[in-house]
This record gives sequence, C-alpha cells and structure tokens, in this order.
Amino acid sequence: MNAVTAAALLEVQGLMVSFPVRHAGRTVRLRALHDISLRLDAAETLGIVGESGSGKSTLARTLLRLTEPEQGQVRLRGIDLLQLRGSQLQRARARLQMIFQDGVAALDPRQRIGATLDEPLRMLKPGLSAAARLERVLDMLSRVGLEPPHLQRYPHEFSGGQAQRIGIARALIVEPELVVCDEPLASLDVSIRAQITALLLELKRDLGLSLIFIAHDLPAVQLLSDRVLVLYLGHIMETAARDALFHRPRHPYTRALLQSVPVPDPKLARLRRAPPLAGDIPSPLSPPSGCVFRTRCPHAIQRCALEVPPLRPVGGSEVACHRAEEI
Amino acid sequence: MSSGTLLRIDGLQVRYPTARGDTLAVDELSLELHAGECLGLVGESGCGKTAVLLAIMGLLASSAQVRGTIRYRDLELIGLRTAALNALRGARLAMVFQDPMSALNPYLRTIEQLREVSQVHGGSSRRTAERRALEMLEAVHIGDPERCARQYPHQLSGGMRQRVMIAMALMGDPEVLLADEPTTALDVTVQAQILALLQEVRVRTGAALLLVTHDLGVVAQLADRVGVMRGGRLLELAACEALFAQPQHPYTRTLLASMPRLQVPG
Repeated sequence: MNAVTAAALLEVQGLMVSFPVRHAGRTVRLRALHDISLRLDAAETLGIVGESGSGKSTLARTLLRLTEPEQGQVRLRGIDLLQLRGSQLQRARARLQMIFQDGVAALDPRQRIGATLDEPLRMLKPGLSAAARLERVLDMLSRVGLEPPHLQRYPHEFSGGQAQRIGIARALIVEPELVVCDEPLASLDVSIRAQITALLLELKRDLGLSLIFIAHDLPAVQLLSDRVLVLYLGHIMETAARDALFHRPRHPYTRALLQSVPVPDPKLARLRRAPPLAGDIPSPLSPPSGCVFRTRCPHAIQRCALEVPPLRPVGGSEVACHRAEEI
Repeated sequence: MSSGTLLRIDGLQVRYPTARGDTLAVDELSLELHAGECLGLVGESGCGKTAVLLAIMGLLASSAQVRGTIRYRDLELIGLRTAALNALRGARLAMVFQDPMSALNPYLRTIEQLREVSQVHGGSSRRTAERRALEMLEAVHIGDPERCARQYPHQLSGGMRQRVMIAMALMGDPEVLLADEPTTALDVTVQAQILALLQEVRVRTGAALLLVTHDLGVVAQLADRVGVMRGGRLLELAACEALFAQPQHPYTRTLLASMPRLQVPG
C-alpha cells in the first residue's frame, strides 16, 4: 500500500512514549507506547480501543503534543508536528482539536458559554471580525443542538450531555482538520450516550470530519469508525477496516474484547459461559517477554514468550500474533 | 408476606429538602425481594435507584425525609436504632459499592478490612477471622490471597478491589446482597469477570441480589426480574425475559433502544 500513502491526513510512525516513574526506590522508564504507526485519511474515523492502561489516552495526548514522545513522527499533511515550536505550533493547534471525556470538567466554570466558544476563534482565527465570529458561534451552536440563550449561561447550568455538546462545538468551531475524541461518551447516561453518538455521526457526515475516536464503548466505535486499532499495554495488537475487525477479529485479544461486551438480551447473555479473559492487564513496569498479551492469551505457546510478534498483514487486517492463521 | 420474601418495600418515599424546595428522590415505590432471586433495578442518573439501596441500608443523608416501610423479614428497617441496624448491616444485609477505591479504607490492608467484619459480627477471634478472610479471598478467585491480604487498596487493580469488596460483603454470610453499579468503573473484560463472579456467588451462597445498574446488558445477564425507574418512580417491573421481549412502558422501550449493541454478521 506504500504507493498511495501521499494523501494521508495523519501519519504516525514509530511513536515511542515513556514516563519516568519512581519504582522500588529508583527512577525507571515506564513505556506507555511502543513503536506505534498508523495513518488516517481525510474524512475518515479511526477508532482506538483497549483496556485501561493500554495507552489510548497517551496516544491522544501525544498527537496533540500534550505529551512529548521519545521517538517517532506525527505528520499532519506531511508536516511533522513534533518539530514545530512557538508560533508554528500555535498555528498547527488550530488544525487539531480535542474533545474530552468529562464534558463539565473540560469547561471553564467562570466563563459563560458564549465566551468559551468565542475564545478559540479569537486565539486561532485572528483574521475574523467580531460579527463573523458571532455568526460562526451561532451556527455551531445550532449544529450541536443548543440555542442562542445558552450563550449567556455558565457550565454548571448544563447537564452532562449538554456540556459534551458544548465541548464538541468548541472543538469544531475552528474547523480543525483532525479531531481527537478521548472517551467522549464515558461519563454519560445510556440515552444521552446514544444522542451524542448520533450527533457525532451527523457532524462527521455533514462536515466531513476526520476523527480519532477513543472509547471503551465498542458498539459506539463500531457505529462511528471506518477503521479500528486495538491497543494492549502500549502495543498495537490488530488494526483493520471496521467490518473486518468486528466480523472477523483475528487477534485473540480483539476477540476477547468483543466477547466481553454485555449483550442486552437475556437469552443470549445466559448462553455465555466463562468470562473470555482472566486476570488484569499486567503492569507496564514489568511487561511480559515476547508477546505482551501472552499471559492472558488462551492460545499462547512457548514461542510467544520468546519472540515479539511483529504487526503483519493477515487476510486484509494487520495482526501482531504468531498464531493468527491457525486460531 | 409470603415466606419467600426477604425484603418488602411499601410506599417508600425519600425526600431531600433543598433551598429551592424539596426534591423527591424516591416516590411511592413498592417492591419485594424474594429469597435467592436477583432483582435488577435499572435507570439513568438521578432516577432514585441508589437512594433505594441507601434507604434499605439506613445510609441516607441525615437530612433525608423517609416515609413508607421497608421490612426485612419481620423487622421494620426505617427508623430502626443504629445499634440494631449495625447488627444487620454487613451480616444479614451486605452491600457492594460502585467505586471500591473510595468504599475501601485506604489505610487498611485487605486482611484488616475483611477481618473487621467477622470480629464485629461474629465476635470471632482474630485468628478465626483471618482464616475466614483468606477463604473469602480465595472464593472470589484472587490468585494469590496471601499477597492480596497484605496489600492496601491503592496497590490493587480495579478488578481486584471489586473482588475484595465482594469478599468483604460475603464475610458475614448475608442473606441479601445489595450491589450498586458493581461493574461501572471497570473495563469490559473485567466487568465480564465480576458478573460471572456475582452469578457464581449467588448460586453458591443462595443469597438474594438486589442489583442497581444503568446497564441493561448487566441485568440481561444476571437478573430474574427487572424494575425500571425514572424520576423516583418504579415504572415497570417484570420478569427479565418478558421485559426485554415485551417492554410495556414507553420509557423502557426508549432505554432498550438506546442500549448499544454490537452488530454481528447474520
């Protein structure tokens, strides 16, 4: 596929992130992301899934340069964001926006919503007049299903779902090329979750958004994503087109994740026997040798402890498993 | 009351006085929990489902005004003296909280948290209590109970903490387990483990389970009967399969329609 890579919106190569932590009385490096490469085309949504501690949020933060990597490249339309400094970085930030998990906490409690939505335009689109900014604010407000009187209100006057709508409006108002959503549904009730998912779907279609969509909620990832990447302990386990991943998961970890999703149907739910995965994700301070998933993998063999499985093409997907073909 | 009824709630009302008038958290709610069954209470934030559990356990804020009756066997729980309540809580009635990190005492090792239950209720010796604690840790499938026993809550993973919470609830050999969103803070993989554990515990101990959750997928797996709450009221109460197959109340249908489900090939 190398010949057609020119059109990529985002291209990440060999990303390594680690944090210094105190462990057993000395400072060691905790490797949060290990050799992550991915690409995203314009108007495409990449879903990122994995358990807590798999590195999803670190990846989001690194793309936005809220966390600095040790190594690697993050290219947005060919420009390496990691090389940018000062005003260049500031300008690039208008092209990248983030939607946060906790909609209420992500808003300034002392700022009215009107000011919250106006600020990114003042900062990042200095050419716009006040009237043009207001026009954009009103347009974005109606797109996310809010009303002009809301502009006068403070964050505490909104419900969690409304706060998330404001967060979405604030991210989209500068017309970013890429929007990174870090668990935007996690703090919401089921019916509100369904509404926000529907809103994201609608905006994606109407505005041609390019999204990185990080979520625990696998059914929402299935609805929104074009492609999906599965992370475990900072390593990519599998990446594939949406339907390939959900209908024909090839990595044992992907399968376990899908089988763990509760089924809202009493007859089907009770057919389920043992939980698909035992134990917890291991500590990233002492990751297993070889394949990081092997300690919880039902198919692990001796080879899995000795050799790190490379990410390789298997039937249209890319899978990091020695036994992808036989299982 | 039929002999199989452990808890009987009649006309329960929980009201919080606020500066802007009273808030009705629970409004005229009546239901029964039968021996050995799992009753799921579902609803969204603010529907009053947690307030029902807190009312049963006598844990509502002191400002709450409670009316109605909650009978455990022949004993009225509302207005019961603290000493009498304390004899029941942790022994006959035990609770598994949503967030084990804040429900466990951060200054106590696992063994100390568990031991306390037996010492308070059974008057057991320290040694007997510790032996029982280790048995319970094993019963909730903690891989290395001795090690876990020595650890503090912050040293445990989310799934381990919830297992410790369940072990703690089982220490007094309760007849009624109350669980408030026991898997909400967990990853799907760990959620599947904890749901399997709760099911196993029910079968093994015969305890009745009153399970509060917002997740219809969770009740689908565990509950025999399901109650749907909104605005403090019980809107619908039905056998689990019937509720999913023929939801009667429009709100139940909305909730079911909102429930995310994976699309699997035909």
